[in-house]
Amino acid sequence: METAPADGLIAASWLLIALPLAGAAVLLLGGRRTDRWGHLLGTGTVVAAFVLGLLCTLQLDGRRLDVALFTFMSTGSLDVRAGLLFDPLSALFVLLITGVGSLIHVYSIGYMEHDPRRRRFFAYLNLFVAAMLLLVLGDNFVALYVGWEGVGLASYLLIAFWHERPSAATAAKKAFIMNRVGDVGLALAIFLMFAQLGTVSYDGVFGSIGLLAGGTVTAIGLLLLLGACGKSGQFPLQAWLPDAMEGPTPVSALIHAATMVTAGVYLIARCAPIYDATPTARTVVLAVGAVTLMIGAIAGCAQDDIKKVLAYSTVSQIGYMFLAVGLGPIGYVAGLAHLLTHGFFKAGLFLGAGSVMHAMGDQVDMRRFGGLAPHMKVTFVTFGLGYLALIGFPFLSGFYTKDAIIEAAFDRGDGWGYLLGGLAILAAGLTAFYMTRLMLMTFFGRPRWEPGVHPHESPAVMTAPMVLLAVGSVAAGFLLVVAFPLEEWLAPVFGEPEAAEHVVAPIVVSVLVTLVMLAGVVTAWLFVGRREVPVTPPVRVSPVTRAARRALYADAVNESLFMRPGQWLTRALVFVDNRGVDGAVNGLAATLGGSSSRLGRTQTGFVRSYALSMLGGAVVVAGALLAVTTG
Amino acid sequence: MTDFPWLLAMIAVPAVGAAVVAALPRGREETAKQAALGVSLVVLLLAVLATAAFDVGGERFQLTTSVPWIPDFGVDFALGVDGIALVMLLLIGVLVPVVVLASWRDEPVGRRSMRTFFAWLLLLESFMVGVFAATDVFLFYVFFEAMLVPMYFLIGSFGGPRRQYAAVKFFLYSLVGGLVMLAAVIGLYVVSANELGEGTFAFDTLRQVEIDPDVQRLLFLGFFVAFAIKAPLVPFHTWLPDSGAEAPIGGAVLLVGVLDKVGTFGFIRYCLPLFPDASRDLAPYVLVLAVAGVLYAALLAMGQSDMKRLVAYTSVAHFGFIALGIFAFTTEATTGAVLYMVNHGLSTGLLFLVVGMLIARGGSRQVGDYGGVARQAPLLAGVFLVAGLASLALPGTNSFVSEFLVLIGSFPTRPVFTVLATVGIVLAALYVLLVYQRTMHGPPRGVLLEPAPEASAPGTGSPAPVGGGGATAATATLDAPAAAPARLRVHDLTPRELAVAAPMVALVIALGVYPQPLIDLVEPAVAATMSDVGADPAGVTPEAPGGTD
Amino acid sequence: MTLTYYLVLAAILFTIGAVGVLVRRNAIVVFMCVELMLNSVNLTLVTFARASGTLDGQVMAFFVMVVAAAEVVVGLAIIMSIYRTRRSASVDDANLLKY
Repeated sequence: METAPADGLIAASWLLIALPLAGAAVLLLGGRRTDRWGHLLGTGTVVAAFVLGLLCTLQLDGRRLDVALFTFMSTGSLDVRAGLLFDPLSALFVLLITGVGSLIHVYSIGYMEHDPRRRRFFAYLNLFVAAMLLLVLGDNFVALYVGWEGVGLASYLLIAFWHERPSAATAAKKAFIMNRVGDVGLALAIFLMFAQLGTVSYDGVFGSIGLLAGGTVTAIGLLLLLGACGKSGQFPLQAWLPDAMEGPTPVSALIHAATMVTAGVYLIARCAPIYDATPTARTVVLAVGAVTLMIGAIAGCAQDDIKKVLAYSTVSQIGYMFLAVGLGPIGYVAGLAHLLTHGFFKAGLFLGAGSVMHAMGDQVDMRRFGGLAPHMKVTFVTFGLGYLALIGFPFLSGFYTKDAIIEAAFDRGDGWGYLLGGLAILAAGLTAFYMTRLMLMTFFGRPRWEPGVHPHESPAVMTAPMVLLAVGSVAAGFLLVVAFPLEEWLAPVFGEPEAAEHVVAPIVVSVLVTLVMLAGVVTAWLFVGRREVPVTPPVRVSPVTRAARRALYADAVNESLFMRPGQWLTRALVFVDNRGVDGAVNGLAATLGGSSSRLGRTQTGFVRSYALSMLGGAVVVAGALLAVTTG
Repeated sequence: MTDFPWLLAMIAVPAVGAAVVAALPRGREETAKQAALGVSLVVLLLAVLATAAFDVGGERFQLTTSVPWIPDFGVDFALGVDGIALVMLLLIGVLVPVVVLASWRDEPVGRRSMRTFFAWLLLLESFMVGVFAATDVFLFYVFFEAMLVPMYFLIGSFGGPRRQYAAVKFFLYSLVGGLVMLAAVIGLYVVSANELGEGTFAFDTLRQVEIDPDVQRLLFLGFFVAFAIKAPLVPFHTWLPDSGAEAPIGGAVLLVGVLDKVGTFGFIRYCLPLFPDASRDLAPYVLVLAVAGVLYAALLAMGQSDMKRLVAYTSVAHFGFIALGIFAFTTEATTGAVLYMVNHGLSTGLLFLVVGMLIARGGSRQVGDYGGVARQAPLLAGVFLVAGLASLALPGTNSFVSEFLVLIGSFPTRPVFTVLATVGIVLAALYVLLVYQRTMHGPPRGVLLEPAPEASAPGTGSPAPVGGGGATAATATLDAPAAAPARLRVHDLTPRELAVAAPMVALVIALGVYPQPLIDLVEPAVAATMSDVGADPAGVTPEAPGGTD
Repeated sequence: MTLTYYLVLAAILFTIGAVGVLVRRNAIVVFMCVELMLNSVNLTLVTFARASGTLDGQVMAFFVMVVAAAEVVVGLAIIMSIYRTRRSASVDDANLLKY
C-alpha cells in the first residue's frame, strides 16, 4: 500500500507523543511545586492523547499516512529521519495504549494516594506512554528502537519505584538487562538491514526485502525475534517478567500486562513482510510461542503470589499471540485481536488484584486471602468477569480470540498444526485451572486473613476504571471478531481476509476448548475449592509442583549458566589486569629500578678502583687506536 | 571578523589567565576562582564565536594562523581547524568552566593552594586547545608533550592518597609514547625531505607525500603507539584507572574527557591521512585491540569496588568503540566516532562529576560504602542515573547517537567485530545498573549512615542485600520502609552542584534528540579523511541485491 | 736517534706514577704520583717538540705545568680538610660518595 503524507489532524499526531512527554518533563523538572496537581496533569495529558488518538483514527479511513518531522541523523549513506507512520495497525495500538493508559492513570490516583512520591510515579507513567507511542508510531526501525529502549527505561524506573526494597531494585535491574539482551538482537537486525539495503525505514526495507537472499532474511527475522522475546518475556528471556511484579500494581497492569510486553507481537506483526519471506524464522516464532505458552501455564499453576499467577498468565497469553503471528498471514489478525482483548481483561485483572492488595494491607499471598467476595463486591464482579474472559468462557472476549488462534493453528493443516493446536488447547485447560485456583483462594472459602486486616472496597476512583475494563473484557471479543471484524480494519496492512479453508470445523474447536476449559475449572475445584487451603505452602509435594513453583528452574539456569560464570570471569579478569597487565608494566619498572641500584653498587667509593677502571679504559682506547691505525 | 585569530586567542587567553592566577598573592583564593571561571567562560565564548565564523562547506582548514617558528627545519606555528578539531574545541570550552565550578569547594592537599590548581587548569586548557588546533606536526608534538606537565601537577599535587604513584605512572606512560612519536615525527620530516627536496612539518603538505609502504608502516606504528597509550587501548590502559582514580575530580574530567581524546583525534588526523596504506593493512590488528577493549574493560568495570576506577574502566571500553568506528573506514562510523569523542566527554564527564559529588559527601570512593542514597537525595540520584544511562548509550541521550553510528557504520565492513562490540552494550547496562543499584537503591547503609540513637543500626560496610527477586514481596509494605529509622547524613544537590550538572544534563539530552547540527559540522572533515584513506566518502554502499550468504 | 731514551724514560716515569696511584693509600703519595705522570707527559711533549723543531710542544708543557700547579693547590687543600675531619689521609677512608 502507498504511503501518503499526513493531512488534517493526523499531521499533528506527533502531539500524541509530545503531550505525555511534556507531562513527564514538567513533573520531573517542576519538583515539589507540582506535588499537589501533578497526578492530574499526568492523567490529563494521557486522556488528551487518547482523545486525539481517537479523532485521528476516525479520520484515518484505511490509509497509510506518514508524518515527517526532522532529520535525526544523516551521514554518509545513512539517513535517519524522525517521522511517524499512522496506519490502521499503529492506530490500533495508539488506542490501546492511551485508552488503557488513561484508565490506569485514573486508577493510580487512588492507588498511589498515600505515596509521598506519587508525582514522580505519574511522571514515569507519562514517560512510559510517550515512549510506547513512539515505539508504535515510528516510521523507521531506529525510531522503533528508541521507543523500544525508552519503554525499557520507564519499566526500569517503575519496577524500581520502591527502590528501598532490594528485591524491587534487583528485579528492575534484571528486567533491564534481559531486555538489553533482546535489544542487541534488534540492533543487529537494524545493522544488517542497513548493510544490505542501505535504509532503515519501514517503507524502504519492506519494499526491497525481496531483493535479499533467503538466508539474510532469515537472519534478520531471527534477530528481530530475539528483540521481541526480550521485550515480551518469551522463552528464553521470560524470567524477568514475573519478577517485574515488584513494581506498583498499576505498573504491572499497564506495562507488564497490557502494553509494553506486547511490543514483541507488534514488532512481528509490523515486520510481516519480512516474516512472510522467511518460513524458517516463522517456524522459530511458532516454537518460541508454543514453548512459552506451556512454561507460563505450568508455572502459573503453582504460584501463591496473586500477581505472579497473573504474570505467568501474561507470559502464557503472549505465547498464544506469538504462536498466532508465527503462523503467518492466517494468524496475524487473530494474534492482534487476542492482544487487544488480553489488554482489557489482563489490565482489569491486575487492577482487581491491586484492589485486593489495597484492601488486605498489601498482602499478595493468596493463602492469606479467602472469602473476600462479600466484602468487595465491585472488585469481585469485575475480577470475575475478567477471569471468565481470560479462561475463554463462551461469548466473552477470550472465547472469541483464543479460539481464533487455535483454529488458525489447526488450519496449518500439517502435523505441526495439530501439535500446536493441541498444545494450545491443553494450555487453555491449564489457564482455566490456575485462574480458578486464584479465584477460589481469593474470593471463596473461609477467610485466612492476617490478624488485624479489615477488607474494604476501594474508592470509586479505583473501581470506575475496573468497571470500564470489565465491560471491555466482556464485549471486546464480540466487537472485534463478530460486530466490527478486526480483519477488515487491518485489511490495508495484512491484505484482504480470505475465506479460510478450515481443517477442523470451528464449532468443533469451540466445543473442544470449552470442554477442556471446564475440565480445568473442575480440577481446580477438586484441588482447591473443596478443601481447606493451608496457610503455609505444603512442603511434601510432587516434583512437578516443585518445578512449577520455581518456574521450571529458569532463574536457576540463568544463574548457573550466566551469572556465576560471569562473576567468576569478572573476578578473574580483575586479577589478570592488576597482576598481569599492570603487573607487567610495574614489573618492568621494578626491573629497571633494581638493575640500576645493582649497577650502582659498582661505585665502591674507593678512589683507586676508579683509577684502575680509568686506566683500563685508557688502555682499551689506546689498543683500539693502535689496532685501527696499524691494522 | 573572520580575520580575527580565534585560535591564537583561545591559546593565549587561558595561558595569560594562568599566569595571572598564579601571580595572585597568597590568600586571594576567591579572586583566583573567579578569575579562572571568568577566563574559562571567555574561552567558551571564543569557541562559540569561532564556530560561528567557521564555514561548514568551505575549506578543510579554516581560521588559520601561521607564523614561521623554526625556519631552519620548516617548523611553523601554524594553527587551523577542521570540523573535527572544532567540535573538540567546543568540548573544551564547555568542560573547563564546568570543571572550575565543580572544583570550587575542593580543599587543597598539603601545602598547595587552590590558586595553583586553577593556574594549572588554565594552562592545561591552553595546551589542549593548541594540540587540537595545530596544523603543523611538530607544533602538535610540542603541545602533545606540554600537556603532560600541567596534568602531572594536577594529579601529583592535588590528587588522592596514591597521587604520586599515579602521576609518575601517567607521566612515564605518556612520555614513552611521546618519544616513540617524536622518532616518527622526525622520520616523517626526513621522508618529506627526500621526497620534496625540502623537509616540512606542515600537515597539508605531508598529506600529499607518497610514502613507501614499509616506511609507512614504521611511521604509523610510531604514531599509533603514542595515540594508543593516550587513548588508551587495551593493553596500554592500566595507567588510566590509576590516574582517573587518584586525580582530583576536575582533573579526571579533563583527563578522560579531553586529554585522552587527543589519542583518537590523532588516529583520525594523523594516522589515517598520512599513512593510508599502513592504516588499511594494520586495521584488523587495531580492531582486535578495540573490540577486546570494549569487552575486557566492561567486565573489569563490573569488578571494580572503587567508583572512580570503575568510571575510568568504562572509558577504556568506550575508547574501544571509538577506535572501532575510526578503523572501520566508513563515513558513518567515523562520524560516529567523532561524535563519540564529544559525547563521551560530556557523559563520562558528568559521571565523574556526580561520582565526585557523592564522594564529597561520604569521603569514600568504595561502592560498598554507600547505599540507599536515592531516597534522601533524589536529584543527586537522578543526575547519576542520567549520566549512567548516557554511559550505557540509552536512546535519547547523546551517546546513543554516536554508538549507534559507530556500530551501524562498522557493520557493513567489519561484521564480526561489530557483533562482538554490540555484546558490549549488554555489559555496559550491567556495570552501570550494578553500581547505581548498589549506591542509590536499597535500604540506607554505609558511611553516610547517621549514627543510630540505639546501637541496633545495621553495620556499616555490610555486603549489599541483593536477594533473589521477589522473595520478600509477600511481607513488603506499600510505603516501604515507612517506619525505617535509619537515615543518611546526606543533603541533595546544592545550587552550585546543580549549576555544574544542569548544563551537562541539558547537553546530554539535547545532543541525543537533535544531533544533526553536530553531524553536519563534522561530516566534511570525516569525508575528506575517508578519501585520504581510500574509502568512499559517500558512505556505505548497500550490498543487496545479491545478499551475503 | 736519542729520542728513544727520552721516551723510554717518560714511559718509565708514567708507569711508576700510574702504579703509585693505584697501589698507594696515602693521599699525598697518590698526589705526587699524579704529578709524576704529568711530568712524564711534559717530558714527552718537550721531546717531540725538540725532535720536530717547533715550539708547540714546549708551550703545551708550560700549560700543563700551570694546570698542575693549580691542581696541587686545590688538591692539597682538599686533602688537608679531609685530614682535619677524618684524622686520616688514606684515600680508602674517603668513600662517602659511593652508591
